[in-house]
Amino acid sequence: MANSPFWSTFRRDLILVFRHKTDMVNPLVFFLIAISMIPLAIGPETALLIRIAPGIIWVMALLATLLSLDNLFRSDFDDGSLEQLLIAPYPLFFSVLAKVTVHWLATGLPLTLLAPLLGVMLSLPASAFGALCCSLFIGTAAMSLIGAVGAALTVGLRKGGLLISLIVMPLYIPVLIFGASAVQAAVLGEPFSLQLAVLGAGLALALVLAPFAAAGALRVSVNG
Amino acid sequence: MSSSKYSAREITLPQQPALIELRNFACERDERMLFNSLNALFYAGQVVQILGANGSGKTTLLRILAGVSSDYQGEILWQGQALATCAWEYANETLYLGHLPGIKKSLTPMENLRWYAAVQSSARQSDVNQVEKFTTGVNDEVLLRSLAEVNLAGYEDTLCYQLSAGQLRRVALARLVFSTAKLWILDEPFTALDKAGVVLLESRLASHATAGGVVLVTSHQDISVPDLQQLNLQHFTGSKLTPDCAETFANG
Repeated sequence: MANSPFWSTFRRDLILVFRHKTDMVNPLVFFLIAISMIPLAIGPETALLIRIAPGIIWVMALLATLLSLDNLFRSDFDDGSLEQLLIAPYPLFFSVLAKVTVHWLATGLPLTLLAPLLGVMLSLPASAFGALCCSLFIGTAAMSLIGAVGAALTVGLRKGGLLISLIVMPLYIPVLIFGASAVQAAVLGEPFSLQLAVLGAGLALALVLAPFAAAGALRVSVNG
Repeated sequence: MSSSKYSAREITLPQQPALIELRNFACERDERMLFNSLNALFYAGQVVQILGANGSGKTTLLRILAGVSSDYQGEILWQGQALATCAWEYANETLYLGHLPGIKKSLTPMENLRWYAAVQSSARQSDVNQVEKFTTGVNDEVLLRSLAEVNLAGYEDTLCYQLSAGQLRRVALARLVFSTAKLWILDEPFTALDKAGVVLLESRLASHATAGGVVLVTSHQDISVPDLQQLNLQHFTGSKLTPDCAETFANG
């Protein structure tokens, strides 16, 4: 079990994250700085901040995820270990899943944990923190999975950054809409389980389909 | 070649199929035919040096054979079977070392090799009889011995950033020591190696061939291995692809 290719790739990538802490911290710092600018720029009116807080936090989380995507397969592609992963006698689906899981642990999970703090900054009522964390927890996982497809498609290109955004953005929109609306509903004291259910369904779908698509895209990218 | 030595005695037995056979093999890149009507048989026990000028398609051929690229025409047969029907066995029996060594610089040699040991030997886990062999086969002890064999003893826990290009190449070559694959596909493995390293690798190639494996290797240097076979890709350059080239079947 501990020696299986999935866990081995998982462990290797986790070690790499810890050896390259700046790559992990970058999106978080962006998230933190961008959101803390908002009250400074538009003034500390509580009513207005509460109104925009769910949307702002979600948009920034989305952008922070986007910022970290290019690295997902890039270093493996550059040093040749991606080729080795492709030809290994092991389904690429699971190798991709292992890499995406580590990506989520390094970006999505810290974003989720950081979000309540930023909620305080945007005077989000405490009653909405649960919805904020739950929706980000599910949503960032879905975004990591969907983003992997974009990262896999563009890994063969020297400057893939902009292209990733163009490919992935439209697919992120449903996640953004339901995620932000869950928090909005919580702010208004309404039930938000419907939005979370839709997000969960989206995550389940992404979990099954995205690694397949990313694996196929990786084969195409490396083939060229 | 050992198989031909015994052929007179075993003449009544069915001939052992070639480990790999290329039939009517062709590859086109950017509207240029790299090689055309390439037919070749590779038998167990052979070390084959792929020759050709820069840009003649050596790396492309090796990448196709390794399964990295699928951009080709023609057929590849593994032990007499079409590759599509035995892709998994084939992947299991293949070890590919490309231009890029595939070594993570921010990991130590041991961490790199542990990953390779797990990813390469995944098949051994699904084979119930061999679970034990797997778990006891490639453990840290074996990896340490592999590193010692490529003269990297003492560097196990040094980050690969601090190793020289030749030492990085040696880390990658340590995979050859613990590999159980039959087919080795090595693209320019002698790059950056010192003289002692070259001799070490040559003896490793020879011993792999003696043990019944096949080595396909590209190099611009002369390789001193007994019974070295050579395949020159420049004999197969064709400007056009004729539809009836199947009739020009010949053993390479």
